Amino acid sequence: MAIVKPKTDAVIVGMGWVGAIIAKELTDAGMNVVVLERGPDRDTQPDFAYPRVIDELEGSVHRKYLQSLAQETIAIRHNGTTSAVPMRRMGSFKPGTGVGGAGSHWSGCHFRALPEDFKIRSIMEQKYGKKILPAGMSIQDFPITYEDLEPHFDHFEYVCGTSGKGGIINGAQVAGGNPYEGSRSREFPLGPNPDYLGAEYFYKAANAMGYHPYPIPASNASGTYVNPYGCQMGPCNFCGFCSDYGCLNYSKASPNANILPVLRGRKGFDLRTMAQVMKVNLTPDGKMATGVNYLDAQGRETEQPADIVILAAFSLYNVHLMLLSGIGPAYDPVTKTGTVGKNYSYQNLNRVSLFFDETVHANQFMGIGGGGATFDDLNGNRNDPTKTGFIGGGIIWARQPGGGPVRGIATAPGVPGWGSDWKKGAKEAMRHSFYFEVQGSCMSYDDAYLDLDPNYKDGFGRPLLRMTFDWHENEIIASQYLVGKAQDMCQVLNPLAIKGDAKKAGSHYNINQYQSTHTVGGAIMGDNPKTSALNKYLQSWDVPNVFAPGANAFPQNNGYNPTGMVGALAYWCAKAIREQYIKNPGPLVQA
Amino acid sequence: MSDDQQSPSRRRTLIKTLVFVPMGAGAAAAIQQNLPNATAAAPAEGKPDAYTPKFFTATEWKFVIAAVDRLIPHDQHGPGAVELGVPEFLDRHMQSPYAAGAIWYMQGPFLEATSEFGYQGKLALKDIIRVGIKAVDAHCASSFSGKAFADLDLRMQEAVLKDLEEGKIKLADISSKLFFADFLAEVRAGYFADPSHGGNKNMGAWKMIGYPGMRGDYLEWVKIRDKPYPLGPVDLAGRRG
Repeated sequence: MAIVKPKTDAVIVGMGWVGAIIAKELTDAGMNVVVLERGPDRDTQPDFAYPRVIDELEGSVHRKYLQSLAQETIAIRHNGTTSAVPMRRMGSFKPGTGVGGAGSHWSGCHFRALPEDFKIRSIMEQKYGKKILPAGMSIQDFPITYEDLEPHFDHFEYVCGTSGKGGIINGAQVAGGNPYEGSRSREFPLGPNPDYLGAEYFYKAANAMGYHPYPIPASNASGTYVNPYGCQMGPCNFCGFCSDYGCLNYSKASPNANILPVLRGRKGFDLRTMAQVMKVNLTPDGKMATGVNYLDAQGRETEQPADIVILAAFSLYNVHLMLLSGIGPAYDPVTKTGTVGKNYSYQNLNRVSLFFDETVHANQFMGIGGGGATFDDLNGNRNDPTKTGFIGGGIIWARQPGGGPVRGIATAPGVPGWGSDWKKGAKEAMRHSFYFEVQGSCMSYDDAYLDLDPNYKDGFGRPLLRMTFDWHENEIIASQYLVGKAQDMCQVLNPLAIKGDAKKAGSHYNINQYQSTHTVGGAIMGDNPKTSALNKYLQSWDVPNVFAPGANAFPQNNGYNPTGMVGALAYWCAKAIREQYIKNPGPLVQA
Repeated sequence: MSDDQQSPSRRRTLIKTLVFVPMGAGAAAAIQQNLPNATAAAPAEGKPDAYTPKFFTATEWKFVIAAVDRLIPHDQHGPGAVELGVPEFLDRHMQSPYAAGAIWYMQGPFLEATSEFGYQGKLALKDIIRVGIKAVDAHCASSFSGKAFADLDLRMQEAVLKDLEEGKIKLADISSKLFFADFLAEVRAGYFADPSHGGNKNMGAWKMIGYPGMRGDYLEWVKIRDKPYPLGPVDLAGRRG
């Protein structure tokens, strides 16, 4: 017999950025929320305290702050004709778990999307004609605009103490920032962080090539800061442990440091950790959610009734829960009907390492996850597909989140993996190399989607989420074009050696190698219930008291990191719930 | 890849001594004298602590010490993995929940898949290592008139490792590439991880590559370009290296 908890106004699945933002906004409005987090509770003290948190073996080998795959993973295949196999070891991407989620072990790159990213399909078709889109490419416009989200981009940056330099403020160009960005209503809360050597070299190369470099917007504080909630941050000290780790210094923005301090202990806020949500319960007609079922910390089946269900898990698991619960029609790649699972997309990432002699002190042990420099000259509307051969765009950046030897030392070309020559190569590379990366957009396609796997089960007996995904020609051409530009930049700097190549024609998605945690799509937002799972307020078209804000809502991925967009979407969604839904529950957009 | 001109059998004896018998400083010095290429530039960090393996059997332990010593040898660039305690790291790490598969998805069915899909076997790390060692020793015994890997001369050991790395040796029960890659990753982790995990004794590996370890604070040095970072490493226990 399941335990049944008293009904709450809203139940939130997951305590990452989205869960924390929604919980804050809804409790501000006087609502009661229950948050169910599958992992443990975590806070700067004691979980991220120096020095224990920066043990590389625990953080990057045992992956202490990431999701274990033993209970939940996904199955992957390249196309719809084969069986999928499970991701048995963490590789290509790194979902988080526990309070803070991926928002505690992220790097801190905090971009807004470009205005044109919201309208990519209509811009492409208007500018270049409908035939510009290759067969099978299923990109869509967002159902909202940059201007709709601007106040929320802005607020989220102020919550995070984002450090950067505006390029366009209230329509006026400002020197030093990104000249191609959407207009901001005000400057960043903090100025840019100092440049390490790799970033300084990046400016040199980018300027020589005629690009317009600017500091990566970083939610790694460049100074002392108090956010609008009264949460305090201290300046980042470049400890070199962002990715994979919680911040020891209250410098990297996280749900833990920047929102939870005001939520914990708040009346109406009930956070339950080690609470594994199994499914969303629906009424017999499937038209409304009644709450969720979860396994509590003791493994007891527990029911949490609620008026509103917010899916705020990692993007893939939001889609998983929707599929398991029957929220919306599952996507069918043969008939191209159904919406849940449609338009899974990723990020197109490649790295180029530069090796110098012992007079160049790159010191890659120092690091700041979001710091560094980038440019948008090859991104958004600057990319002309009739010239480059691909739709989308991308950025090239210098980023140095901190390299420790257990995480791996990239050695120069020709250096073996062991023995004396490897030791020599590792020694030479450790302090005298750095890297540039290409982060490209990834379009969406009819044959890239998520559904339930028929063969594999998770640790709770549920079908694994199955990902069908491979690189398409568009992304391979983009990779070759952008990596070529990055290699041109490297030549300006005259390093001893360069290592790193673009994706080769015909190469397949490799889940072994870490690339990016920016998995997006699968439950996308749109203006038509036939082609999107969510409406413009991140509300399910089919079950209107279920909202799924998150990167799952992106119809395709742009060239930027998703967190700034995800936070803005969460505030946008919360505003709609507060100002519209609770006054008049039901669909906020008529189908 | 070899830097070592000494007689293989003599070095083998030293390695055995190094690990199985607690030694005084004199013994460590004696080891250095027997490493003519290395001693001039890089004094040994010392001796590994006396350690009795709990995971590895005596036969496996022989393999571990010999292979670890070839993968990261003592040479003019810095200390070798054996002297820094990497065998102890491995033995301890093999007893961890991680090596038992705690964070891997371990359920079947176990299907064949191309290399892009990563590991698809059913063995946890500790079993990959154990099955692999046994298979390599069996391969050596059949190829080299009954000799175990540890009993081959150093160049032959290196040749076997290289063939494993490249997948040229077909082992019973396991992919040679998989075993080699996982073993090497473990050896590197032991060499570079914090000394509290059993290897990287006295932060010898960090000193070699100029890694300041767990200092965790470089704000003052971000913009310095004209000189090397001056401070030595600190470990999790707060010791200075």
